[in-house]
Amino acid sequence: MSSQINVTINGFQLEIEKGKTILDAANKAGIIIPTLCYHKDLCIAGNCRVCVVEVAGQKRLAAACATPCEEEMEIHSNSLKVRNSRKHIIELLLSEHNSDCTKCYKNGNCELQELASEYKIMTQDFLRLAPLKNYTIDQFSPSIVKDDSKCIRCQRCVRTCAEMQGVNALTVAYKGDEMKIATFFEKAMNDVICTNCGQCVNHCPTGALVEHNYIEEVWDAISDPQKHVVVQTAPAIRVGLGEELGLEVGERVTGKMVSALKRLGFNSVLDTDFTADLTIIEEGTELLNRLRKVLAEKDDQVKLPLATSCSPGWIKYVEHMYPEFLEHLSTCKSPQQMFGALVKTYYAKANKIDPDKIVSVSIMPCTAKKFEANRPEMHDSGFRDVDYVLTTRELAIMIKQAGINFAKLPDAKYDRLMGESTGAGAIFGATGGVMEAALRTAYELVTGREVPFKNLNIIPVRGMEGVKEAGIKIDHPLKEWSFLDGIELKCAVAHGLVNAKKVMDAVKNGTSDYHFIEIMACPGGCLGGGGQPIPTSPEIRQKRTEAIYAEDKNMPLRKSHENPEVLKIYQDYLGEPLGAKSHLLLHTKYTPRDRF
Amino acid sequence: MVAATYQLKRADFIFKNDNDWKKILDKSLKKPSQELINELMSSELKGRGGAGFPTGLKWKLTAEYRSDKKYVICNADEGEPGTFKDREILSEVPYKVLTAMAVCAHVVGSQEGFIYLRGEYKFLAPELTKVIGEFEHYCKEAGLNFSVKIFLGSGAYICGEETALFESMEGKRGEPRNKPPYPTSFGYLGKATVVNNVETLAHAFTIFKYGAKKFYDLGVQYSRGSKLFSVSGDTPKPGIYELELGMSLQDFVAEFGDGDTKAVQVGGASGFLVPRKRFEKTTIGYRGKLTGISLPTGGSMMLFNSSRSMYNVLDNYLDFFREESCGQCTPCRVGCQQLHSGIKAVKRGEKPAQYLNKLLKLTETMQLTAKCGLGQSVANSFSSIVENFREEMIY
Repeated sequence: MSSQINVTINGFQLEIEKGKTILDAANKAGIIIPTLCYHKDLCIAGNCRVCVVEVAGQKRLAAACATPCEEEMEIHSNSLKVRNSRKHIIELLLSEHNSDCTKCYKNGNCELQELASEYKIMTQDFLRLAPLKNYTIDQFSPSIVKDDSKCIRCQRCVRTCAEMQGVNALTVAYKGDEMKIATFFEKAMNDVICTNCGQCVNHCPTGALVEHNYIEEVWDAISDPQKHVVVQTAPAIRVGLGEELGLEVGERVTGKMVSALKRLGFNSVLDTDFTADLTIIEEGTELLNRLRKVLAEKDDQVKLPLATSCSPGWIKYVEHMYPEFLEHLSTCKSPQQMFGALVKTYYAKANKIDPDKIVSVSIMPCTAKKFEANRPEMHDSGFRDVDYVLTTRELAIMIKQAGINFAKLPDAKYDRLMGESTGAGAIFGATGGVMEAALRTAYELVTGREVPFKNLNIIPVRGMEGVKEAGIKIDHPLKEWSFLDGIELKCAVAHGLVNAKKVMDAVKNGTSDYHFIEIMACPGGCLGGGGQPIPTSPEIRQKRTEAIYAEDKNMPLRKSHENPEVLKIYQDYLGEPLGAKSHLLLHTKYTPRDRF
Repeated sequence: MVAATYQLKRADFIFKNDNDWKKILDKSLKKPSQELINELMSSELKGRGGAGFPTGLKWKLTAEYRSDKKYVICNADEGEPGTFKDREILSEVPYKVLTAMAVCAHVVGSQEGFIYLRGEYKFLAPELTKVIGEFEHYCKEAGLNFSVKIFLGSGAYICGEETALFESMEGKRGEPRNKPPYPTSFGYLGKATVVNNVETLAHAFTIFKYGAKKFYDLGVQYSRGSKLFSVSGDTPKPGIYELELGMSLQDFVAEFGDGDTKAVQVGGASGFLVPRKRFEKTTIGYRGKLTGISLPTGGSMMLFNSSRSMYNVLDNYLDFFREESCGQCTPCRVGCQQLHSGIKAVKRGEKPAQYLNKLLKLTETMQLTAKCGLGQSVANSFSSIVENFREEMIY
């Protein structure tokens, strides 16, 4: 099908597949054409016009990202005409942009700033338009801050919210000079359908959309001698943090990260992977209970499929879009919130610390976790369970501020209690990971045997396909689970809310027969989360995924139910899975929300 | 000024109503597609919306494109400042437009047509709906499966740009698309679509009625046929006039001016301003590069006499573009703001006179890089006014 055509770029001849754009051809030829509205994750917009090039025989310049190559096309990406136009366009963008770079959170990681620097825009000849627009900063959301004065209208956020998430919380409003990116009726981000997933933040080229940062608050807590500051780190941080600190994409930095956190002054450095393992025990038990009620006891009040509840973006999405399906959600809190509730109870008691003096901080690849920690129901310890949530990016900022040379740090180990984890906890960071971890435990619990996959690697639930389906047949279960004999446990895994919608619509329409579904709001799962280093792309997420599975492979223990600290907490404190104490501390309830 | 000896060549086709549309439709439907296309091509009819794309070629490309569904759209989003001819065509001779649409549908193989009616012309809709009803009824009798619906726009100028028009009809924001692909292969709902201006369709009717030659014989080389002109401004006789293309602006002013004409804006806000000293050398037609080089509607002729400030004229146009840019692409969205605020700053003395040169350079970039005709054509009025009336911009 695909035929090759010949083009010339800046005198360099090459063959390229028909249908490819000028930008593709330039990439192939090793020629860099600057872009702003273009993003590998998104459809072509062609609106910033920074990528214009000259095509011989055409009066006007063509947007390289949006123009398909044609046979014998002669392209110039660095002619005088192109350079002058490109410089003009950058100047125009800067004139409409609040270019107070030193006061910007994204200073140093801004694509517009980079272009301005590359093209040496040293003067501001055009009129400054930004101050005329009287924009106010929307910082009501605990997750995301939106500053329209820094927006360059590339619509990457709009496309992200529509194409990747299917949420459409951000859209284009007005026209002409008043055109802007807005929420429904320009309400605050906190009052609309936004799931706080932060993918818009991850895709924003400037400082118009950033996380609500709590760096100073955490520094204050660390500096307060009265406080005992505990930090937990999510599974995906260890495969993302290195990128932000100058290491290779996909480099695992678990040991260095723990070292850095200790040097920052946290009193105890613990692991969310521990509560990930705990989640598996609770959620696995919940799944088996539901299966028993539905299949053996024919209880039609109990809902299947059971859906995971680790991803707070997904939770808020269901609350808005499928409020009638809240009973399908596992009542398990996310690992972050389980951890928070236990830190101020179990951990406090064991270490004889007044929970009132504990400040619980979590490092998450996620902006929705900030909202989750802020939920009124997350106070089961008697205090706010998680006080501050920092993204991977915020942690990197603190490490830089502290003058730590990250690359040279020695490895360190997590503290105890609540620092022990397994490979099953680690893979929570990748799409399909919760499913795989749950199956490793549940299958063994039911049959007494390990899952029938080589080296425990449940390949069908791994990978970047939007929706993955898998069936695992249960043969010869233990006597207690005889009702499951011969049953094929049907699972679905989705990542990115646009894929979540596909699964939920199948559930809603009754066209699916899933027992268990795992959904993560972000592409690739938490490793592609809205709090992870910028930029993101399919290739970057792939490398982080490989790192996560390498982490799993290298762990001595790879099944949640073998985590010794998990066994110990049930023995010493919780009693049994889904027991009274578990219910109090580890489970939650959900709130139906309107769409508008 | 010496009174012109030349008589403007008036034509009378569009509004002449012999009420014979049924006959013309029947006659045309009997002809094969290729013959009708050839007729249009040999008439050299070009799009009367302003862009001047050869109508026959547009039909031909759409006819040749393989698609399970095709659409015929009449662009009645007459938004160019100073033009009001499409409104008159749709109220006076709507049958001609509908007939040409039906013939187009026959030629390209379409069953569905739309009239994209500008929001401000909502008052035309009830009468037009009635006419469409009768027309569809006749089509059925004549054995042609063709329906026409009215789609009411919401008032954005940009929706006259054909791809923004599709977006608007699809229920999205009216924003121009990236081209290619072009409407002849990927138009409304992603299907091959013909979009023709109201007047273009009315001329097509003339051609189907009298044959290509009669049309071709009017006008001059490269600018064949007649055209409706919406004459407004400082003129004792504002109105709509059908004139042969190729006339000199000198003759036009002799006919329509008030004896004190300082300049004529040809082609609306997106067109060019011609100062008195250039009247003689300017002809109105496609090759003479004037008359609606640009967006959506050609035929706007605004006359200004010596009491008018060209600064105010430009201020008014730029205010219009600043608001009517869809806002998606940088050169147009920010460029229009910079031009508009820029001339104000110069006028107030906040920027030096030389700043106008920077703005002129900016219009070159806008022309080169804007995504659609709107942003590309702002340069026309800006540079022609600033270059010819620079002093008025500054003092």
